[in-house]
Amino acid sequence: MSCAPPEQGLDVPAGVDVDQQSVVQGKVLAGSDPVGGAFVRLLDSTGEFTAEVVTSAAGDFRFYAAPGSWTVRALSRSGNGQTNADVRVGINRLDVVLG
Amino acid sequence: MSREDSLVTTEWAEQNLSTPGLVFVEVDEDTAAYDTGHLPGAVKINWKTELQDQVRRDFVDRAGLEKLLSAKGISNDDTVVLYGGNNNWFAAYAYWYFKLYGHQDVKLIDGGRKKWELDGRALVTDVPERVETTYTAKDQDLSIRALRDEVIAAIGQQNLVDVRSPDEFSGKLFAPAHLPQEAAQRAGHIPTALNVPWSKAANEDGTFRSDAELTELYSSVGLQDDKDTIAYCRIGERSSHTWFVLTEILGKKNVKNYDGSWTEYGSLVGVPVEVGA
Repeated sequence: MSCAPPEQGLDVPAGVDVDQQSVVQGKVLAGSDPVGGAFVRLLDSTGEFTAEVVTSAAGDFRFYAAPGSWTVRALSRSGNGQTNADVRVGINRLDVVLG
Repeated sequence: MSREDSLVTTEWAEQNLSTPGLVFVEVDEDTAAYDTGHLPGAVKINWKTELQDQVRRDFVDRAGLEKLLSAKGISNDDTVVLYGGNNNWFAAYAYWYFKLYGHQDVKLIDGGRKKWELDGRALVTDVPERVETTYTAKDQDLSIRALRDEVIAAIGQQNLVDVRSPDEFSGKLFAPAHLPQEAAQRAGHIPTALNVPWSKAANEDGTFRSDAELTELYSSVGLQDDKDTIAYCRIGERSSHTWFVLTEILGKKNVKNYDGSWTEYGSLVGVPVEVGA
């Protein structure tokens, strides 16, 4: 049973069917610079926590959600930020800029 | 038990990194996180390869745990101070696991690795060398571990607390949303279970909410103190977090963690399953 957090990076891992999965992925940015080691939280449409990952050195994060309305919120030592997303099946790309 | 007996702050941890008799142990969902940096002096336990039997789906047995902890240089008299990433999910699981095998003195760092990092405290890559010990474990304390038959018997009789996210509870998702959606054969929840996501017990920085907030959280959804309680999630780690809250912070009695959780229950033939909120 796997529960290890998958590697965060740009390429969706082999074996993930993007015709069925609702992938939410992007970068955490401070200005235009990627922020590694940020804590990224996926919140559902009511604001309830669903999942959390830590960004890769290149600032990448990825979630496997479901179609609907979600919020991606990032915490880091250099500030916090969040972005709302209307997610559909397939790859949904969004970035979070820290304030 | 109370918060003071079972939780320490990141500040306290930093001040006590060299205190004799304490062993800091990182148990992380991301089993590679330790290698990129950890608390000075901390040892690593891999929840997947070291705490789980590698053939059967079960924990390592008593002799196996004795061998593991002896090799890690942990003795029966040590205070084991646990922390980990992802809001202490697997550190809480290890806490419950240490209690399951009868370790006396275990503590959890409030907020775990996330709080430590957000605080800007130091991480090192040096791996400590600890002298091997002769650790003696006890038999599993089954008063804190629920197996599937008692979970089925508890439907409509005891408090069942499903601590997964609302979308997993309702059957919309099979797993936390940072993992590919796979695992149990059926989605949904155990009939009569209350849905109290583990995350409602934690602040954004991973620390636990106040005693007053936690008391209100469970009373507001109808958790009955005159009944026994079984907590479950997907594989038993998030429900360890809730077991910790109910038992170690709020001092509730007769709380068990169902480590088989949804990946077992949702694949059983013939058991009742509910979907929807």
